[in-house]
Amino acid sequence: MYAQMVETGAKRVKTLEEMSPEERAFQERIDAEVKIEPKNWMPDAYRKTLIRQISQHAHSEIVGMLPEGNWVTRAPTFKRKLQLMAKIQDEAGHGMYLYSAMETLGADRDEEVEKLHNGRAKYSSIFNYPTLNWADMGAVGWLVDGAAIVNQVVLQRTSYGPYSRAMIRICKEESFHQRQGYEILLTMMQEGNEAQKEMVQDAINRLWWPALMMFGPSDADSPNSAQSMAWKIKRHTNDELRQRFIDQTVPQLEFLGCTAPDPDLKWNEERGHYDFGEIQWEEFYEVIKGNGPCNRERIETRRNAIEDGTWVREAAVAFAEKKKKQQAAA
Amino acid sequence: MTKYDDLIEYLLRVGDSAVVKGQRLCEWCGNAPALEEEMALMNVGLDLIGQARNWLDYAAELIDDGRDADQLAYCRDERAYRNLLLVEQPNGDFAVTMAKQFFYDAWQYHMLQGLVESSDERVAAIAAKALKEVTYHLRRSSEWVQRLGDGTEESHQRMVAGVEEVWRFTCELTVGDEVEQRLAEAGVIPAPEAIAEAWKATVSEVLTAATLTVPEEARSFYLNGRNGVHSEHLGILLAEMQFLQRAYPNATW
Ligand SMILES: [Fe+2]
Ligand SMILES: [Fe+2]
Ligand SMILES: [Fe+2]
Repeated sequence: MYAQMVETGAKRVKTLEEMSPEERAFQERIDAEVKIEPKNWMPDAYRKTLIRQISQHAHSEIVGMLPEGNWVTRAPTFKRKLQLMAKIQDEAGHGMYLYSAMETLGADRDEEVEKLHNGRAKYSSIFNYPTLNWADMGAVGWLVDGAAIVNQVVLQRTSYGPYSRAMIRICKEESFHQRQGYEILLTMMQEGNEAQKEMVQDAINRLWWPALMMFGPSDADSPNSAQSMAWKIKRHTNDELRQRFIDQTVPQLEFLGCTAPDPDLKWNEERGHYDFGEIQWEEFYEVIKGNGPCNRERIETRRNAIEDGTWVREAAVAFAEKKKKQQAAA
Repeated sequence: MTKYDDLIEYLLRVGDSAVVKGQRLCEWCGNAPALEEEMALMNVGLDLIGQARNWLDYAAELIDDGRDADQLAYCRDERAYRNLLLVEQPNGDFAVTMAKQFFYDAWQYHMLQGLVESSDERVAAIAAKALKEVTYHLRRSSEWVQRLGDGTEESHQRMVAGVEEVWRFTCELTVGDEVEQRLAEAGVIPAPEAIAEAWKATVSEVLTAATLTVPEEARSFYLNGRNGVHSEHLGILLAEMQFLQRAYPNATW
């Protein structure tokens, strides 16, 4: 999931009796699965929470281009290079599409991006890990896009109309990315040499736990979940989604002929789910706080891109204004 | 010399130029001045890498020594690369990038318009597909040259500097050599003089509209991308691009 810890500002969820008539009508609409549209009344906290959630998601798409950009100049064949370039282009598109959805709530893209650059806005912790071999391009597609899909498939039914529609469109492309990523790994495992197989296992070893962290803190430590669930901007708890991801991923892992770096990972017949080991939450919170292996570099890259491009954007605006004046005068 | 030597040489030239230009565009990933440009630069790069694959596929078939397009792109040294000097130059700022892009797009556009009529059907087919893409590339880069040239004082200065920086490498766009003359006579490619004339007209029109001065014609000296005598930048670019194929020869990816 790309939005891991979204503050709702609510200590506890209000009951229908405690709500104002407006709030009650709003909540009833949500309960009846009717989408909220930009022109509808909505509680301020709902608006703010959604802005936070959608902007986190959008920032993640954009920052997520960087670990892939690290290998796009080194992709090994025409086919792989074209695939990766197309994927990166898709991610930029997702970012733009999500920023637009966010702007329907009255937020401003530039302002939200500024919050990302000065460290006040979050993005998915996964993108703060380095990509260290070519198999990472496969593992990112398979595990990272894969984890994102588990979350986003349910967000297709989220209560806010523009966000829900963005998710429907984005999910199609994310599943394509996931299959493509898996195919990169499968090719290396089935047709590759020993060094390539080692790359695949190495990539999985490094990205496995960070991918599980993408679903956010465990439910016991998710104080904001209840309100988000009531508003239906979140539809399952973090732990439910994490379990779903693990259950669907382990068979694929086995088919690859690889292992997860988790000695506790095993099928539990009774539960009908895989059991798995304890996530290193300390690491998760450190990365979220900005102390991950690449946080500094990621933000610096984004900030520099936008700062270095200031003169370009100013020129475009100045030129457009000149043309407008010339047309008006003619 | 086989009857295909000239054509192979030419296919390598256009293919190599496209792959090197595409590689330079990949370097912009995550660094573009706006999200819209992030998408557009990657999109143009994607088109060019796709074109390169088509040209080199055909070259590989004609060379017929067991190498495929990937091996041509990923396993040849810089001295065997036949790309234009212009496209291997570093990206610089957005103005340098757009100057390079515009000069290259204008050249590709006029060249492809001729190639669509090629007596070689395969060349004509590849060109037809590429021309659609390049028509858009040229429109886009022409617009940027005008926006930057006629935008703010700063962007104007940067665009002047950008044109100045890469202009010396444009001589290759306007002078054909014997290989190209022979191919032109056989009707495989358009006459180099015709491309040169059309290129100069487009460049002068766009630079003038952008309030930029059209420099005097560039003259060639020593370096010659078509003969594999490159600037120092190409070797580094290829070292990065070819890393995996070189480090793990004959691996399947
Ligand atoms: Fe995405
Ligand atoms: Fe996403
Ligand atoms: Fe994706």
